[in-house]
Parts: sequence; structure tokens; C-alpha cells
Amino acid sequence: MDVGTLAFSALYQFGDAFAFLVLSACGLAVIFGMMGVINLAHGEFIMCGAYVTVSAAHAGLPLPLAIVLGALVAGMVGALVEIVVVRHLYDRPLDTIVATWGLSLIGTQGTLILLGSTMAGVGTPFGSFQVGAYSYSLYRLVLFVMAIVVLAGLYALFNWTRFGVMARATIQVPHMAAALGVDTRRVYSLTFALGAGLAGLAGGLYAPTMTLVPTMGTTFIMEAFVTVVVGGADVFLGTAPAAALLAVVKATMTSWYGQLFGQIGLLVAVIVVIRVLPRGISGFLLRERA
Amino acid sequence: MTGKTMRGLRAAALSGTLLLGAAHSLTPALAADPIKLGVLEDQSGDFAAATIGKVHAIQLAADEINKAGGIDGRPLELVIYDTQSDNTRYQEFMRRVLQRDKVDAVFAGFSSASREAYRPIVNQFDGLAFYNNQYEGGVCDANMIVTGAVPEQQFSTLIPWMMEKYGKKVYTLAADYNFGQISAEWVRNIVKEHGGEMVGEDFIPLGVSQFSQNIQNIQKAKPDFVVTLLVGTAQASYYEQAAAASVNLPMASSVNVGQGYEHKRFKPPSLKDMYVTTNYIEEIDSPASKAFFAKFKAMFPDEPYVNQEAENSYLAVYLYKQMVERAKSTKREDLRKEIAKGDVCMDAPEGKVCLDPKSQHMSHTIYLAKVGEDHSISFPKVWQDIKPYWLGEAGCDLTKSDPSAQYTPSNPPPKP
Repeated sequence: MDVGTLAFSALYQFGDAFAFLVLSACGLAVIFGMMGVINLAHGEFIMCGAYVTVSAAHAGLPLPLAIVLGALVAGMVGALVEIVVVRHLYDRPLDTIVATWGLSLIGTQGTLILLGSTMAGVGTPFGSFQVGAYSYSLYRLVLFVMAIVVLAGLYALFNWTRFGVMARATIQVPHMAAALGVDTRRVYSLTFALGAGLAGLAGGLYAPTMTLVPTMGTTFIMEAFVTVVVGGADVFLGTAPAAALLAVVKATMTSWYGQLFGQIGLLVAVIVVIRVLPRGISGFLLRERA
Repeated sequence: MTGKTMRGLRAAALSGTLLLGAAHSLTPALAADPIKLGVLEDQSGDFAAATIGKVHAIQLAADEINKAGGIDGRPLELVIYDTQSDNTRYQEFMRRVLQRDKVDAVFAGFSSASREAYRPIVNQFDGLAFYNNQYEGGVCDANMIVTGAVPEQQFSTLIPWMMEKYGKKVYTLAADYNFGQISAEWVRNIVKEHGGEMVGEDFIPLGVSQFSQNIQNIQKAKPDFVVTLLVGTAQASYYEQAAAASVNLPMASSVNVGQGYEHKRFKPPSLKDMYVTTNYIEEIDSPASKAFFAKFKAMFPDEPYVNQEAENSYLAVYLYKQMVERAKSTKREDLRKEIAKGDVCMDAPEGKVCLDPKSQHMSHTIYLAKVGEDHSISFPKVWQDIKPYWLGEAGCDLTKSDPSAQYTPSNPPPKP
């Protein structure tokens, strides 16, 4: 087997793990990093996005539009959740955890009761391509590209738009932002909706490759939390490098010793990082720059 | 969307009523003391898709039996708990049905991990539990009756057939817990006995849903077919991902299709050339199977699939009825005297089945189901009356002693 094939396969595995980590984590990172809310219903927003995407695709909508619709619906559900529940708990972070956990249980069981235990899938688009002795799914490259697009999009949104400036001001010193005329409640709602929408987008993007069941969100949860914990509070300086680091650890361990060691490696990496860098990678990077 | 929601709501309302009104739904004409059956199955969580049908099958059988006058004139009462795909729930509810509800028998369990979690409790309270599920085999326990198929029934038929048709290089992809590990050991031994070669084995932790690396490992090893022993809905994502990467290898399994009806859930052709040995699936085209399927759909019109575990659960209720009526007692020792006679048999939807006195496991008709490109099912081969012989031959004889242990090919019963 030649070096090119091996290098491509290693890169592909890394990209695949990176995409999964970034896409599962970015919604959580926005909500936790920007707002300090630990959203335990994150997996259910992912499931919501996936279910809407697949229902829309079954109804005849082209898959890309269906994925967008999934993200939008998850975002709207997120806004609703913020207005009805989370808004009233901003100064009670522990209560938020319990409330969002409750929402997650309601989401899973409600879906099971209303829509049944499974839903028929839509199939993965685009087919496969061959490199050396291996064939790969083209769609997984799309996922990798989408992970990069999401990161770039978030960077642009928070740095170059009016909403981004207001959001960052609100997060930094809420009462000063309010004094300057920023509607902070609306900014919080929109940020929460953005995080939920990103979760929905992850669900929509992964829906064609996965089993659709009410509990599907839980398969994203560990990776999402691990990435956010390692990354720390900043989405760009945290989530992206954390996902890159963890993807290398996971892909390497999985390819050498199998899936079990991939998971062990991931968790050991987290323990090491939070022991050495208690505020995550972004805390470390920001302190260095300051 | 609305149609689905309405159906779902109806199903929810129906199961709610059944849960709350288990006692009321019985025919009031039966005045005698009810016989109580505990039902512990996963109605939510990772395994729910495969196991909700088991509860419905038990409800169907109980309903039929009660309408026909009960067991020896006594009505059958179900005590149903949702074990949530959670092993600790099994332990909690097993204690509850045996101690508080004082049931006469318990029908319990999907995953082997849950079975091993509750089995010591059944032993402790000297209860009688039916495990109505295919599994990795080897449980030699007088408190347990197993109606599901075991490896000598599913693998001794499937693996040699696959090796003859596709070749002798085999790759196993299995769930990483007792079921997957022990089943993989069976596959390994059978492949070796038939002069084949294991070119690879991967064990996947439960709940894992991303398989890129495993797909690459399989392509590297170039097997003639892949044995997939994946469990739970998360792991079922493998088929879609393997199909997307054009792995294009035949697959053999003891759990897919017959349990999780993956051919209905995934878009064709991701399960193309999957071969499964199962003792029942709804596509089986015999009068008994069709009659059972029709009765099932009449009572539960929204059931997505009638799988082998539903049939195992259904026949288990009738098996219990037969034993109680013959013994004129619900005491476990009296029932076991009937089992020891070796003629506890019945005509199940799959065909005739008998209970083996030595191991308290069932003989089965084993159907080889093949998934076509359009996900239709055909049956290239049927094996009649395959006995659960391994435990008995290895030295487990419950008519003589009760070790209450689980054995494997590498850890057989101690020789007397």
C-alpha cells in the first residue's frame, strides 16, 4: 500500500472525527460559551433537526433544503424554550441544568409516544469514491466541509455583523449593553435560538447517515460536551482547536486499538486537558495573548 | 405528519389504558384467582424499537387466553413495567414483581446484560422467569426458561451456509458486551471447524454510531462476508454508512432483520445481501404465520413490524398455559416435573417447538432470510426442528442439578 493511500485514509478519518466533534459541539458551545447556560437538552435539539429533515425529505423536499428547514425548526423550538423556560433561570445556573435535563426527557419520551420508536431513513446521498484499495463515502467529505463552513460562518457572524457586536457586548457586560440601548433579552433569545439551530443543523446533516430514533441525540452528547469542556468558553479559539486535538486522539486510537480505545482516549484527553488547562484551550490562548 | 401523530396518539392512549387497566380489561366472568404474569420489557430507550412488540405479543396472547376462559379457569393478569433499556431498572422491577406484586412468572429481558443483571434476583427469590429472546446461549439455570434461539441454532446453520456460498474469509463486527463477545467466539469456532479463516474482528461499545474506521478496517482485511452482531439503534447506523462507502459485502447476522427490522427502517439497498437466521419474522409465508400476523395486526394495527422476539413472547404465554394446565399448579417445581417429561411442545406460528428438559431452551424452525436489493425478504433455506443441543451435550442437565450459571464454549460446564 502506497504512502498516498495511507495518508489520505488517515486524513479522511481525522476529518470525519473532526466534523462530528465540531458539528455536535458548536451549538452547545454557543449556548454555553456565550451565555454560560449548560444545555442538557442539546441532544434533543439535534434529534429535532434530524426528524424535521427526514420528514421534509420524505415529503419531497430536496435534502439540502430539508436540512436547512431542520435547522430552522430546531432554532425556533430553541427560541420558544428560551422564552418559556430558560429566560427565567439566567441567575440560577444549577436550575437551568435541571430544567434543560427535564426538557430533554420530555423531548425523547414525547417523540417516542407521538412518532413511535423509529422512523424510516432517507439514505446517504452522493455515493462513494475510490482511493487506492479503499472506497469512501463522498457525503462524509461534505460533512467535513460543512464543519469548516459552520466555523467560518460563526466567526463572520460574531465579528462582522451588528448582531455579533451586540451579542458580544451583551455577553461581556450585560447592564452596560442594556444602557447603550441593546435589547439584551432579545439578544439572549437569538443566541439561544442560534445554538439550538446549530444543533438542529448537526442533526439534519447526520440524519441521512444514522438510525432515526428518539434517543439518537445521546450519541452526540458525549462528544459535544467533551469538545466544549476541552475548548472552554470561546467558540472559535476553543471549539475548533479542541475538536482538532480530540479528532487526532480519537482517530489515532480508534485506528490502532478499535472503537473502545478511541472513546477511552477521548476521555483521558479531556481529563488531562482540564487538569492542565482548567479554563480549556481558549482560556489558555486568551491568557497568552493578553 | 398528522396521520402519523394521530396513530401515535392512539397507540399511546391504548398502551396507557392497558397499563392502567390491566385488571379491568380482563373478562369479569372469570371469578377465580388470577394468575399473575410480570412483564419487564424495554418500552423506551435504545432497545425500544425491537421490544415494544414483545409486550404487545404478550398482551395479544393474554387477551386470547382470557377470552377462551383463562388458564384452567383462572384469568391471566399482566403486571407490565417499562424497563427503559436500563439494567438497573430490571433489577428494581424484578424485585418489585417478585416481592410486592407476587407474580407467578416473569417474562423479562432483551439484552443479555439485562438478563444477567436480573437473573441473580430470580434465583434469590426462587422465581420463574421466561427469557423470550435470541441470545448467545449457555444459561443453565432452573429458574429460567428460554424461548429464544441460541448460537447452535442460528450460527451452526448460517455460517457454514455463508462460507459455502461466498467463501471462507470472515470478518466479525460485534457489540462489545457479553452477547457480542460470546457470539463472536461461536462464529470463530465454527469458521475454524469448517476450514475458514477469521480475517478480522472489531468490537464496538454500545451506543457508538460512527463507523468510518471500522469500514476501512473491513476493506483492508478483504473478507468474503461480514458477520454483523450489532445491537441497539445507534449501532444500526453501520449499514447506512457501509453502504454509502460502497463496502458491497454480503452480511450474516443472528440479530438483524429478525429483531430490529433494519430492512424496513433503512432506505434500500443498504441492507442488500444481508442473511439472517431467525425463527420468525412477519414475512414467513405459512398459514400459521399468516394467521398470527393477522391477529397481531388486528389488535395492534400500528405495529411497525412483528419480529422473532414477539413470536417468542407469544408462544411463551401459551407454553406457560400448557405447563400450568398439565401440572394443575403454578409452582415452579410442579412445572419442572412436566418439563422433565420432555414432551412440552406446541404448534407456534413458526412451526412445532419443544422445550428441552436438560437446558430449558426451545427447539426451533430456523429460517434463513435474505434481504434483496429492494429490501424484500426471501427464504433460500429452512432448517426444521433445530434443537438447542449445546448445553445438554456440554454437560448441563437441569433435571439433575441446577448450577444457575452461564457457560460459553471456552468455559463449559464442569465435567462430573
